[in-house]
Amino acid sequence: MKQTLYDLINKNKWRTFFFIFAFSIILGAVGYVLVNVFRWGTGGYVLFGLFIIFYNIILYYNSDKMALAFSKAQPALINEYPQLHNVVEEVSIAAGVPKPKVYIINDPMPNAFATGRNPKNSTIAVTQGLLSMMNREELQGVIAHEMSHIKNYDILLMTIAAIIGGLIVLFRDLFLRSLWFGGRSRDNDRKGNAGAIFVIVGIALAIIAPILVFLIRAAISREREYLADASGAYLLRYPDGLASALAKLGRYNGKLRNASDATAHLFIANPFGKDRMSVSNLFATHPPLEKRIQRLKELEI
Amino acid sequence: MIIAVIILAVILVWAISNYNLLVSRKNRVKNAWAQIDVQLKRRYDLIPNLVETVKGYAAHERELFEKVTQARATAMTAKTVGQTAQANNALTETLKSLFAVAENYPTLKANENFLRLQEELAATENKIAFARQFYNDEAMGYKITIEKFPSNIIAGIFRFIPEDFYSIPEGEKEPVKVSFQK
Repeated sequence: MKQTLYDLINKNKWRTFFFIFAFSIILGAVGYVLVNVFRWGTGGYVLFGLFIIFYNIILYYNSDKMALAFSKAQPALINEYPQLHNVVEEVSIAAGVPKPKVYIINDPMPNAFATGRNPKNSTIAVTQGLLSMMNREELQGVIAHEMSHIKNYDILLMTIAAIIGGLIVLFRDLFLRSLWFGGRSRDNDRKGNAGAIFVIVGIALAIIAPILVFLIRAAISREREYLADASGAYLLRYPDGLASALAKLGRYNGKLRNASDATAHLFIANPFGKDRMSVSNLFATHPPLEKRIQRLKELEI
Repeated sequence: MIIAVIILAVILVWAISNYNLLVSRKNRVKNAWAQIDVQLKRRYDLIPNLVETVKGYAAHERELFEKVTQARATAMTAKTVGQTAQANNALTETLKSLFAVAENYPTLKANENFLRLQEELAATENKIAFARQFYNDEAMGYKITIEKFPSNIIAGIFRFIPEDFYSIPEGEKEPVKVSFQK
């Protein structure tokens, strides 16, 4: 049975919220275990927790400047790139958002990303490679995908995921350090067996937690990519432009010059090229291109 | 007694927020219309330049230039949403004919000014179509809010009425990918 765009968009949103929910459960469990095993020092944890939160908030507010600086993007002048500006403006009209700033990256690998904390403060950057590879329709599809990231507040979402992830890993580090320095409270001795169980659970969580955190973040990122595909197709009432663009991307075999793990999830395709793709697909920030194309083709508008 | 007051308060809060929702939706529709208007004006501005450029190479296609100029004039004087929609759809048809004719003149096709105008007009057509799409989405959302229960109660009391849709003629119901190039 064919899915309509609305179904797909709803399904993706539910999946994302489920992942965040799972995240918070893990965070809560780890925190609970720690606070009960070590009765002192909650103040210290709170302080570190606050640090992580503020650190990420600052990152979030500067996310666009950082992403642009890192990829060496330059503002795209309107008289040098009239078609690009036209396409971005068209899509922003369809989306009902203000037109984002347009940047160009001097790299032959075709790619694009969107950044910015909300639709009013957003930026879209594309590479020279993308402009030369795609025709107008395909470019429009890619821009619609990127605009959807902005409209769906994906940067905010990934920041929240990073905060929660950071807090989980924080707790793990503090817990391990406390174990090392042997800080047990009197209450713990009185608890006896119960205390031992907490410790075992705590250690297990401490080991698994960072891996789980990474897997969940990657899963959220993949779901948001599917959502951006569906939203972009809905925006244009036309999935074929993006599908065709993704197919072309699939046939390209190179690497992006200025990519890093920190910004990888912002790009439309894996900037490390096809070979860097996953120990297993579970760690990938982007779903496989074939699957994305397939989902687009199955959409009913 | 207290319960009655609480219930009344809840109803009041709901009524206010519902009224505000209707106001907000109505204004979004008006704003979306203004967007279409901006793009339409842009198109009206580009056309004389286009006609002059084509005339430079295909002066004898006089009838066609007449049609385009006439359609443009009609569109500029349209008043209601319906009239504007109809007039502009007609204008699009004449433009398509104009570009089709231009295909027969290779020197015209190579003219930089013509190419630039072609891109600008194609982009403007896209923008009009998307603005139209967005307007219709907003108009639909507004209409649904007016008709749904229980917001239809508030809508009835304060006389909110749906706005007209910007209609698309049957033959034109295609995805937005206007291209004047082959």
